[in-house]
Formats: sequence, C-alpha cells, structure tokens
Amino acid sequence: MAKTPAKKPPAPVPPGAPVAPCSTYAGASMVRFVDEAGNLLAGEAPFPDERVAELYRHMVRARRFDARMLKLQRQGRIGTFAPCFGQEAAQVGSIAACTPKDWFVPSFRELACALYRGAPMRNVLLYGMGLEEGSAAPPDARDLPISIPVGGQSSHAVGLAWAMKLRGERAGAIVYFGDGATSEGIVHEAMNFAGVMKLGVVFLCQNNQWAISTPRVHQASDRPLAERAAAYGFPGVVVDGNDLLAVLSVCTEAMERARSGGGATFVECITYRRGVHTTADDPRVYRGEEEEKAWESRDPLDRTRRYLEKRGAWDAARERALEEAVDAEMQVEIQAAEDYRASSVNPLEMFDYVYVSMPPYLKAQRDEAEEAFRGRNVVVGASAPWVPGGAAAVGQLEEAPPEDAAAPKGGAR
Amino acid sequence: MSGNSVTMVEALNRALAEEMERDPRVMILGEDVGVDGGVFRVTKGLQDRFGKDRVVDSPLAEACIVGASVGLAIGGMRPVCEMQFSGFMNFAYGQIQPHMSRFLGRTRGGRRMPVVVRAPSGGGIRALEHHCESEEMSYVSVPGLVVLMPSGPRTAYGLLKAAIRSEEPVIFFEPKSIYRAFREEIPVDGDPYPIGKAEVLVRGNDVTVVTWGAMVRKCREAAERVAASTGAGVEVIDLLTLKPMDPEAVMESVKRTGRCVVVHEAPRTGGFAGEIFARINEREDVFYGLRAPLARVAAYDVPYPLFARENAYLPDTDRIEAQILRTLNA
Repeated sequence: MAKTPAKKPPAPVPPGAPVAPCSTYAGASMVRFVDEAGNLLAGEAPFPDERVAELYRHMVRARRFDARMLKLQRQGRIGTFAPCFGQEAAQVGSIAACTPKDWFVPSFRELACALYRGAPMRNVLLYGMGLEEGSAAPPDARDLPISIPVGGQSSHAVGLAWAMKLRGERAGAIVYFGDGATSEGIVHEAMNFAGVMKLGVVFLCQNNQWAISTPRVHQASDRPLAERAAAYGFPGVVVDGNDLLAVLSVCTEAMERARSGGGATFVECITYRRGVHTTADDPRVYRGEEEEKAWESRDPLDRTRRYLEKRGAWDAARERALEEAVDAEMQVEIQAAEDYRASSVNPLEMFDYVYVSMPPYLKAQRDEAEEAFRGRNVVVGASAPWVPGGAAAVGQLEEAPPEDAAAPKGGAR
Repeated sequence: MSGNSVTMVEALNRALAEEMERDPRVMILGEDVGVDGGVFRVTKGLQDRFGKDRVVDSPLAEACIVGASVGLAIGGMRPVCEMQFSGFMNFAYGQIQPHMSRFLGRTRGGRRMPVVVRAPSGGGIRALEHHCESEEMSYVSVPGLVVLMPSGPRTAYGLLKAAIRSEEPVIFFEPKSIYRAFREEIPVDGDPYPIGKAEVLVRGNDVTVVTWGAMVRKCREAAERVAASTGAGVEVIDLLTLKPMDPEAVMESVKRTGRCVVVHEAPRTGGFAGEIFARINEREDVFYGLRAPLARVAAYDVPYPLFARENAYLPDTDRIEAQILRTLNA
C-alpha cells in the first residue's frame, strides 16, 4: 500500500521568539526572552507587566514556602520532601499556560505548580507529616496527586488527553518529569502513544541537570532531550527554564496545540535543582560549589524581579509586602496542619480507601486493628493515645486557605 | 582491614569489596551507586577502589539495569545490581520474571544467570510512598529465583557473599530499618552463609515463632517478654532464605512445640506465612501434633501508609507478644 510521506512536525519555536546559545548543550540553542540581568533580548514585551508580576508573586510564594518546609523538615516537624528550589520559573511559567480544564500531572517536585493550581498549603504540610489526608483530591480539580516512581505518570497524561479527545473536550494535559525520567522506558512509551494517536499532551521536562547524583551527561547523550520528539512526530523545544517569559511563551503555544487537536509537544526546560534531591540527600558528595554558584547567578526569581524592576512594575516595597503576606499565610497554614495532627488522628483511616466497598475480610481486620490500637499512641506526631471517635473530620481539610488580599491566588480554583 | 563490629551497611559493603577483590568478574551497577555510594551508602568508596568500569552509575532505568545484567551475566560477568528501593523494582519485574528467572530453563541449562539484584526493603524509617513496601512474595512466587533476606550485619555479610558466588539469580532484600540499627562482629574474608539454611536464634519447647528480616528483632523482644511473664519456652527461627526455604528447621521445631506463630512485615493475604502453614499441613507427622491453631502476625491488607500511620500498620512487639500468648493459651 502506498504511504503518504510523513508530515514534518510544525516549527517548534513560537514565531518571533528569540533564541540564544544553550547553556548546557554545546552547539544547541534555546528559546530565551530575558537575560540574567533582566534585559529583554529582542522586540516588545511578550506579556503585560501585570501578568508577569502576578506570576512572580507565585514564584516568591512557592520559594518561601519551599524554604519553610525545608526548615520544618530539619526541625523534625515534617518528613522527607523534594524541594523545588531553583525551578520556580519552569514550574510557574508552564502551569500558568494551562486553564483549569487542562489536566495537571505532576511528578514529586512540582510544589510551585501545585500551589498555583490552588493546593492549600495545609494539605501539602499534612502530606509532609505523613498523613494521606493531605493528598485528598477535590472532585472538581483536574490535578493528579504526586507520583514518585520515576516517569510512570507520563502514561497517565496520555490517557487523560485521550479521554479529552474521546469526549470532545477542549482540554490538554501537561505532565512533569525530570531529565532522569527520560531514561525510563515508560516515558518513551508514553511519548510514542501520544505521537501515534496525536494526543494533546505537553511533556514538560525540567532538565535540572541532576538525577540525585547522576549528572545529565551520564544520563543521556550530549544532544538535547527534546530532539527525541522528532522521532515521535511532534515538536520538541529547548527553552531557558529559568526565564519565566520564555517558558510561558513556549508552553502557551504548546498547550494551545494540545487543546486544539494539534498533538503533543516536548518542552525541555533547562534549569537547575539548586537544593537537595530530597531532604535525605547530600549534594556535597557529588557536586561542587562552583557549579552551584554559577547557577545561583542564573536564578529565576532574581531574573524575573530585575526584569520587572527595570520596567517599573516591581519594587522593594512590593517585595516586602508580598513576603509578609506569604509569611502570615504560612503561619496560619502550619498551625492548621499541626492542629489537625494533634487532634487524635484516626489510625484506622488506612482501611477506608483500599476498596470503594470494604470487603468483609478487611472489615474484620479493621475491627481487629481497632482493638489492637485502643488506648495506644500509634500515630507518629500524635499528642495522645488514640480513642475511637476522637478524630477530626477529614472533610475540613479540603477548605481553601483564608482569603488574604495581598497573597497571590491559585489560577485554577 | 580487621574483623570488627559493624553495621549492616558496613557489612554489606565489606562483602561486596571482598567478593570484588576475589573475583574480577564481579561488578556493581545501579542508580547512584558510584560517586554517591548508593542512597544508603552500601557501595560507598567502591568506585574509588575498583574503578568506574566495575562500579557503574547507570542511567535511571530499573528495567534495563536488570535486563543489561542478564546480558552481562551471559557475557561472562557477575553483576550485582542495586534497585534504589524495592518499591521501584516493579519496573524491573518485566526483566526479572520473564527473563532472568527463565534463562536457565529456556536454554536447557545452557545459560546460567549469576546475577544478584539487591534492594532495600521494608518500612520503619519514616520514608515516602513506595519506599517502605515488603514485596518478597512477588519474587518468591517466581520459579527459578532465590530470595534472601538477612536480619543483621552478620547474616547480611555471609548471605551476600553466598549470593554473589551463586550460579542462580538471587533477589537480595535488605531490611532498611536495620541498616544502621545495631552492630555485630564479622570476620575478615569470612565464609558465605549457606543459602537455604534457617537459623534457630532462641531455643524453646512451647511455641515456635518463625520470622525473617527486620521482624527478627521484634520477635526476639516479644519472646523475651513472654518467657519472662509466663516462663514458657519460645523458640525463634530466622528463615534468612525465603526461597528455597529450609523446611526442616521449621518442621522439626513445630513438631516439638506443637504451636507456631509466623510473623512478617508484608501484608497478610498472600504472605509467606500462608506457604509455611501449607507445608505444615502437608506433613502428617507435624500436622497431627499441633496443639493450637497456626497463627500469623502480619501487616494489614492495606497499602503501606504514609509514615504517620506506619507504626499502626507494621507488626510491633505488642502485637507479636499478644499473639504468642494467645497461641500458648489456645
């Protein structure tokens, strides 16, 4: 049977977007709008200053909360978590390109995205305290919970985009993963599915240079990961992941393609994990201060703030007001989470979501456990022995944080 | 190096180093095993000592780490691969079950599979989701695999050496909650601990407690409490090899005591206690001598919870003690 020649994927770079030499791949280029000093590289500002300032607020809020979480972990008040320090532009710039109808499929480092989408800080904290209540999904949110096995979530985004196509909805899916995940078979499988079925997925790779101790150069050949997209039949773009405007611009186009039946896009954000892989990691074993310093100078918050300041859209007073508002919000949220933990949390909750209908054998185990737990302190962090009937209602956790005029609000809810 | 008192992490490290010294075909591959020395530091210093060709930081790809090990073994190497956590080993299952376990049979004995897959297993360290599971039964159910689980530095050292020298594919689960929990003396250039041999840790004639891995310590504590409060003789058996298990150690004991409690960290349904009970049931001489119903203490049949509830989920000394007492009084 005669085959029609394969159509070339559309141009991966948005029309008019400036490109610059890529900081990590020799001979490659990346989309970039703003340099480290905050100067626009070419042309007119691609987005209104108010919008950039709003996104900058989200970046600051995420970083402050991320830093606070790290402190809480060091104090033993929450458990292990994976900070997003240094990746705020890649996260906020990409998630801001999504509408509430688009699906958000995170890995485990997308704190800035989750906050942007409206996840209450108290839920993030509860999850960090080892309480599943923190990942309870509001039924109307198109947000998936964090996914820890590396890369697996990429296939879920494929299914979501497929369902949107089948149901005729104008919505896409964005899936987050790192440079390390591109080595997993499932990520290849997902991209191939998306390519062959022309599904509206944005594969958002935060190439943060390190998969725990393994540098990107030992993870993959020295060609941009995004080039793999060509073989799947959809566009791949390398973008300066610490340049908020560049990420937003590329992802806006990619998400629009996803929603309008144009298929998938691989967006590779060149960024840097400035902190630890997780709080159980010690980067001093495998990387030097010099490298960390070099990336500090490319920090996404500094860059965005300088850009806004140069345009008269930001100043020290606004920065201070924002910080104070975020600090006040955090105080309320940390208190709420710690109050919940101290409220005689029910250990038997672990039986409640194994099946939609609890089978009799499990009910029997639950009864047995209830006897075994009675009067004992079996919940980590609980202040008193558990007694049946003493737990707070789980539904209370799904309330949004209190309104605060100065604090930035999530875009999705 | 002198023989001394070491943690399980150090014991494993010593076993790896001595086997690599002894046999140039032995190599290590896995995620973060080289420069970082593994996330639990089991391979710390080995890349410096043996070079980057023998201690390899691989790309992040569990399936290919095991699949490549299959090829390395056929090609004449003796790979020891590390899965960062057993919870991520499911990605590699498609190589372990269909290929690693079957090559010997598929080639009618022509291709042996001297591969060790090491994986930190079990809970109790307040870790994240997928970092705490006990998934030994996924591997025990596969014909052709050897499944080992040490219970401390001494058995970890001896069993890992045996695993590396074995001609069979070995799944080697390391109970992570006891990686640094206590020290034991290990020898220099000591002998392997034989695969398929259980160890009777405490002698007693009234009830047999069978366990393995991190539960061994809890069972010993519970046995001491019961002995102190009732004067009963509680025998504690550490299986060490789950497959092929040592049936005689268990049968001899249960025949003598007439009572048996099995304790494991994995969920109850489909757990290894069921297999032990089936074997007791199949042995007339043991079965007809039972004086109490067989009993087990296991994790509940729910997904491993986040750490706030893990103490509730895991069998603990109180639950084990209570069950031993119930079985004694039955």
